Formats: sequence, C-alpha cells, structure tokens
Amino acid sequence: MAEARLSVAFAGPHVTVQDQGRPGQMRFGVPCSGPMDRASAAIAQAALGTPATAPLIEVSMGGLTLRCDAGPISLAIAGAGFIVEAREKLGSWVVLTLHAGDRLVIRPGPWGRWTYVAFAGDLQVPHWLNSAATHAISGFGGGRISTGQSLTLTAPRVVTHMPRPIPCPVWARPRGRAPVVIGPQDRHFTDQALADFVSGPFRMTNAFDRMGLRLAGPRLALKGALSIPSEPILRGSVQVSGDGVATVLMADHQTTGGYPKIATVLDCDTDALSQLRPQDPFHFVPVSPDTAVARARMAHRARAAFLARLRHQTGASPTPG
Amino acid sequence: MTLPPPPKPDQPRFVPIADHAVLVEFGETISDAAHAAVLALDQAIAAAPPVGLRETVPAYVNLLVDFDPCQTDHAEIIAALRRQIGPATARRQSRQQHKVAVCYDPPFAPDLAQVAQHTGLSPEAVIAAHLSGRYHVVMYGFAPGYAYLAGLPPALRLDRKPTPVPNVPAGSVIIAGAQALVTTLTMPTGWWIIGRSATPILTGDPDRPFLFDVGDSVGFCRIGAGDMPGAAQNG
Repeated sequence: MAEARLSVAFAGPHVTVQDQGRPGQMRFGVPCSGPMDRASAAIAQAALGTPATAPLIEVSMGGLTLRCDAGPISLAIAGAGFIVEAREKLGSWVVLTLHAGDRLVIRPGPWGRWTYVAFAGDLQVPHWLNSAATHAISGFGGGRISTGQSLTLTAPRVVTHMPRPIPCPVWARPRGRAPVVIGPQDRHFTDQALADFVSGPFRMTNAFDRMGLRLAGPRLALKGALSIPSEPILRGSVQVSGDGVATVLMADHQTTGGYPKIATVLDCDTDALSQLRPQDPFHFVPVSPDTAVARARMAHRARAAFLARLRHQTGASPTPG
Repeated sequence: MTLPPPPKPDQPRFVPIADHAVLVEFGETISDAAHAAVLALDQAIAAAPPVGLRETVPAYVNLLVDFDPCQTDHAEIIAALRRQIGPATARRQSRQQHKVAVCYDPPFAPDLAQVAQHTGLSPEAVIAAHLSGRYHVVMYGFAPGYAYLAGLPPALRLDRKPTPVPNVPAGSVIIAGAQALVTTLTMPTGWWIIGRSATPILTGDPDRPFLFDVGDSVGFCRIGAGDMPGAAQNG
C-alpha cells in the first residue's frame, strides 16, 4: 500500500509529536500533555478533514525542515504566524501538498510561539497510554522530532493541488489579557502581592518548556516561610516559588507540587497564552468562577462552530494520493 | 480581612479553581484524618460520579475534582460533593497490598553506607528497618508513576541531600523524610538511594498501567543481585 516518507532535515528544540493527549491520568502523576495550543492543532486537523485524534507535529520557534522522500501527501499548518516555504514562500495557516523531492521549511514569522503540522495520512509513531502525545520529560508517546529522523505516513492523501489558506480566527491569536480565577492558595500571599498580581504587567521570558512558562513581573511575596503539603496542579496554575517568581504551568505540568498557586488561568485561555513570545507583556484579569464557566462555554461554542464550518468547507472528497 | 476557619476532615473547604475544577480541602497540615477523608471522598466519587466529572486527583490533605464546564459548574459540583461526604470509616474498603522486590547490594545502593552513617545504624540494620516498614500510597506526583509511600520507620528519616544528584536510574528505591519512593524514570533526585527495585511501577499492562492505586498498601522484600533482571547477561 502507498506510503509517504518525510525525512527531518532539521528540527529545533521542543519539536514533538502530539495528539489530544491522555486525560484522566493525573492521579497517577501523568498530565494530559497534548498541544500547547490545542485550538490551533484542532484547526489544522479540521482543515485537512483528518480525525481530531490523529497525531501531528508541534513546531517550536526552533523551526522544522522536512524533505519529502516519497509522496505525494497533503498537510495543514496552523498555529503561530510562522513562515512556510515549499517551492514558494507562504504563511502558516495553509494547506499544501508535498511531492517527492519537495522541501518544506517552517521558521518563526511575525507572531506566536507554536505551530502545528497535520498530515493527510497516518503518522506512524509510538503510543503510550493510548496517546501519541509526547510527555517531554519522559519522552513517552510519539517522541521528540530530531534532525536525521525519518517519518512514515500510511494511507497518504491529496486534498489540494494548490496551496490553500486556512482562515485564522481572532481567538487563535495571542492576547494581552489572561483571565484567571484567584486561588486556590491566595491566602498565603500578602495583600500587596495580590494587588501587584492584578496590576502587573507580566512578561513572558526565555525560560519556558512544555511544563511551564516562567514570567517576569512584580515579585509576589508570601506571608511567611511556608511549607504547604503538596497539592494538585493543573494546566493554567500560576505557582509562585520562594523567590516570588510566577510560573504558569502548561501541557506537561507536574500533577502535584508544594509551591502555592496564587491563581489559575482559565483552561480555555491557556492556548492563546502559550502563543505569547518572550518579552510580550500581558495582564492577569481576575474573573468570578461563574464568569469563568460562562467564558468556557462561549469559547467551546465558538471553537466547535468554527471547526464544523471548516470541516464542511474541506468537504469529504479527498482523492487518493 | 478575617480568614475563614481552617478546614477540618468533617468540615472541608471547597475552593473553585479556574473554569473547570474544585479543590476540596480537609486540612492545612498533614494528618491521617485529613488523608482518610480525601480517600473516602475519592472512593465515593468513583462509585457515583457526579454529572460532568472528568477526573479526581488525591493529595495529602485535599482532593482535586476536575469537571467539564460545558456539562456542569462549580456550584453544582460542590452541591454533589457535599452529599457524598460522610463518615470516613463507613466506606473503608479493602485496599490492595503489593510486594516490591528490592536489591540492596552494590551497585544498586550507592547511598546505603551514607544513610547508615547519618542514622548511626549498620547497613544491615538500615535494610532491616526499610523492610520492616508498612507503607501506603499517599499520592502520585513529580513524574509519571512516582508514588509517594508514607510509612518510613522513624530511624531512617533524613533530610534530603543539599544538592540533587543527576541521572539516577529508573527503578531506584529512594527515601527522604517519612517517605519512600520507587522511581520510574532516569531523573535527578535529592533523596537517598538505598536499593533498586525489580518490580516495575509502570507495568506495561494496558489494563493496569500503574502498579498502585492511591491508598494501597506496599511492602518491600529483599532479593540478591543475581535475581535482578538482566543479571544473567551482565554476569
């Protein structure tokens, strides 16, 4: 049966295989993993008409260069505003087809930190606990993409002969506001720290990985030297270390830890937050739990409607590759 | 501002988190009563999950309850949990007991001599004390399959090393404070390495990928270097 093969001519750091992750295992020390920006990854899948659960590649600002050794195969690129070169210079947010001999270069462009490459074919990668999502620290799952590696895709398809843009919804862009619910350990912070947390501003730094994003901004003082029992952590937890520095925990977060959490970013807002670049400023905006739930429902409806439209437009008539 | 009274095992505090979770706090400091309340609520939820429940994460004194905000909200979840909190002893179920095989011989126990020195025991007495402990799984954390085992005998309790040691092999049996742990990844640790387990915690069995559930009992038994996996090949 037909197979497409791509070799990795170059892969920067933090380039990994992801899928929707492995939810439900936090009690065993296993975070969900999956894309840093899940919304953009879902858009790439919808633009190709591939299953939302299919493995794809998360590309960091380190970039990725692929050479097509056997094709053709279509792929979709969505996420950060990166530069894509494949025979011609394109933007990300594009569906295109690679033929044998083609070279695909993805490198940072005007905005964003993470972009996604979905394939119209089945990427052959290892799974762990029913998911190909790479848990970066252990390497479990589909794994890190490294220079020199070869990727095999079974059942390759062609869905377009000319590069075709994917519309980029406004909610997939990074924003200067990160809605949070204060707590659960806000009682350990001084009133001044709580006021400073809200007034900000904070900036992203170069200290980041799939576990978390360390921030620059006001030092957040604790009321005293503390030793709190280790507590559960979530994607979006804003934990503060003893020196008053805040870190937002992300896709590969530890599941428990002893640093107090001053606030938690709404889950539906962590995707856009992950796209802020080092030095980009932003504010935490406290909302009530009820507002948070209303916002989550609104975000879910907007995303579901957008994805359904995209899948409908993509149509269900791919031609065999 | 006056702070609310601290939570108690029979009067927990419910703290809404973000758009999708509630933290149920049964205490602010580690106690058997608070942890028993965590386990009891965790079990009650597993037996009768509220609408919209996604998962629960037990820790020492609190339980995280994660939900789908499209199906429910904080207030509904808290109301459902209030109905499930009852006398902890009434629901105590028999929990599984596990035996973990440990080799305390060189080269698997690099810190045994130092632990002996710091505790004033002989290396054999350290091993005997470790084997005599009755442990239970308090929670997982740090990395996949890292199960914190409470119940280390008082004679072996040491502070962590000042600096973590890198590249400690998976399967290392490590101790610090009142806890023991069997590592699952090659990672740095500041805990004391007193042996190597022949029993994998990540089982590779898709039906039961992790050996322990939170709340299970664990005992250690001793094996020789010749009984370690790969011993025949390594000579």
